[in-house]
Amino acid sequence: MKKNFFLTMALVGMTFCASTTALAGTADHSKFPELNKKFNKPEDVTRECLKCHNLAGKDIMKTSHWLWSRKTDKMPGRQGQMIEAGKKNIINNFCIALTSNEPRCTSCHIGYGWKDRNFDFTDESKIDCLVCHEQTGTYKKFPAGAGYPAPVRTLFPGNNQWYDPPDYTLVARNVGRPKRSNCGVCHFYGGGGDAVKHGALDSALGKPVKDVDVHMGTDGGNMVCVDCHVADRHDIKGQLYSVSSDNLDRLSCERCHTAKPHTQKLFVDSFEAKKEMGYDIFKNKLYERKKPDETFINRILDKHIDRISCQACHINLYSTQKTTKIWWDWSKAGELNAEGKPVKKKDKDGNIIYDGQKGEFRLAKNAIPEYRWFNGEVGHLLEGDKIDPSNVPVIINEASGACGAKDSKVWPFKIMRGIQPYDTETNMLIIPKLFGKKGSGAYWSDWDWQKASEAGMKAAGLPFSGKIGWIETEMNWPLTHLVLEKKKALSCNDCHSRESRLKNLEACWIPGRDRNLPLDILGMLAFFGAMAGVSVHGLVRYRKSGKQEE
Amino acid sequence: MIKKIYMYKRFERFWHWAQALLIFFLALTGFEVHGSYEIFGFKNAVVLHMYAGFMLIILIAFAIFWHFTTGEWRQYIPKTDKLRDQVRFYLVGIFKNESHPVEKTAEVKLNPLQRLTYLGYKILIIPVMVTTGLVYYYVAHGGIHLQSVKWIAILHTLGAFGLLSFTVIHVYMTTTGPRLTSHIKAMFTGYDEVEVKDK
Repeated sequence: MKKNFFLTMALVGMTFCASTTALAGTADHSKFPELNKKFNKPEDVTRECLKCHNLAGKDIMKTSHWLWSRKTDKMPGRQGQMIEAGKKNIINNFCIALTSNEPRCTSCHIGYGWKDRNFDFTDESKIDCLVCHEQTGTYKKFPAGAGYPAPVRTLFPGNNQWYDPPDYTLVARNVGRPKRSNCGVCHFYGGGGDAVKHGALDSALGKPVKDVDVHMGTDGGNMVCVDCHVADRHDIKGQLYSVSSDNLDRLSCERCHTAKPHTQKLFVDSFEAKKEMGYDIFKNKLYERKKPDETFINRILDKHIDRISCQACHINLYSTQKTTKIWWDWSKAGELNAEGKPVKKKDKDGNIIYDGQKGEFRLAKNAIPEYRWFNGEVGHLLEGDKIDPSNVPVIINEASGACGAKDSKVWPFKIMRGIQPYDTETNMLIIPKLFGKKGSGAYWSDWDWQKASEAGMKAAGLPFSGKIGWIETEMNWPLTHLVLEKKKALSCNDCHSRESRLKNLEACWIPGRDRNLPLDILGMLAFFGAMAGVSVHGLVRYRKSGKQEE
Repeated sequence: MIKKIYMYKRFERFWHWAQALLIFFLALTGFEVHGSYEIFGFKNAVVLHMYAGFMLIILIAFAIFWHFTTGEWRQYIPKTDKLRDQVRFYLVGIFKNESHPVEKTAEVKLNPLQRLTYLGYKILIIPVMVTTGLVYYYVAHGGIHLQSVKWIAILHTLGAFGLLSFTVIHVYMTTTGPRLTSHIKAMFTGYDEVEVKDK
């Protein structure tokens, strides 16, 4: 009882220290007279920020947060070809593509006004500093505002909520290091709602316990997003392969945990290393953690790192707290009620499983990941790429890797599957215009796939034959959050058994899962043959000896 | 007539039973690692298999030393003389209550068939099991890097199945002495009952 009390007090103390550290800085923005005035539009705030932070604008403009793309010449399938690829021009199997749907999609852009292809990516005043740095929680971008907050009180019909213009003076005077909620406001809600897209990145990470995520758990590491996702001049490390393609700026567990995490001390001791990691090891006294024992098993676990990602064992299930989409069939969309509004159907838990606007969904919670080889490189379908309709499902972002191949490791994935439109003549996946006013061709207003496809493909500058087919697609979402401590991680049997989680993985040899069937059959035949042989031999001996005694 | 003679020295008996226990335990844990059943759990099976494996290697080292220092290794020099008679005995003679074609003494413990069998065991099965076992161990722990442990695992399993069948016949053969339990008792006490031809 007493022990528990001290433990609780220690935890409370740690949490308190942690939060005060986060707030401490060398400048208190609320004391700057420059920020203590009325701002009419968000760009005015940005201009004020850039007056002091006069290099930040240039830095931001190089980042994928701003460009929604990266230059790469290493994309599998296009090696050597310098291309720009990213959220802005890849295809997915949720709302399919950005082009022609900008004002809705770019409501999560760190800028103001990306409403079509003509957005000026060189105008520094269009940077939204506030969405990442404001600390009040009152700043909200309008869901269909191309990145702008609502200019006046506006109703968003998509969720039936009212959006107020922010108090720019208040938020400008309360800025600081990004909190979980700053990142979460976009990243938790990708795909148009909480937990829809990622499967391991949703509002549950806003304030989890360590049994949900050992690093972010308020009773565990209590880390915030940017403790791990450190930034070098606003270029934030870590990337997601639903949009990224090459092995660049990747974060790894090894940075802090070393390449032998099961036998080495968890955190590097030196202050320099600590600075490089960007993570405050003095927080929660993690540096005092003992070196693990060099047992047989710990050494074997260390050796696993050659082939198995940390995530494969330390992420047990995905979507443990919220429900995520795993199937989206666009071909079923279009059912409208008598008033012309899309029909919605819910399952017994209240999750939407059919929406006339979007089609049919399948959802998952506490789902077992699927496992694939992955070397950090993903080949994407870009706008205008041709597909092979005879090869179904179409893989939208194919993860490279194979057993024994360089840098390849087994990774846990959420695989998103669905059915989406393609042009049966040109064999291109169709970029439909979904969002827009009535008469614009947008599917969500005009309910006509022909018009939506025409408008979308036109905006992308691509041909459209007028012939629409429906095709099954698959998308790879590597999982890397919801990491659990060793007690909650997978056990050996989860993979090393005939009913292995890696049952379908093409792997060199997994003891306990794999066997050579002819050898097993021959071996058992030899064993039972020997048994039968000696039994018969013994029986004959017994009967003969009995006879002779008579 | 049946005579009792001192056949197996103390180390020999210890070596035999320790080896028997270890091999039984290695088979039990080994086939769990193979995925045949679940008793200890995969993790424990792996650890126990490793400990038992290293214990067996140490035992084998002592046994090799013993064989060479005592000259007992000569027992395994293959002899083809009377090999046919021995095979005929197990297939035919034994049912007719014939006596063993080769006399068992402390100096010549093994009949020609046993010589061949145990020689094969010592220079083929044991080296294959120890080598593949060690390679498997170092692949799992680091030290040896292989693209795949597949063929090591298959060879090791092949040897395991060989040992399994060997054990069945080996245990049955202990019943072919003057009495059913003569040879098993001998491995405990050292004193074996053997047939001595009446002069």
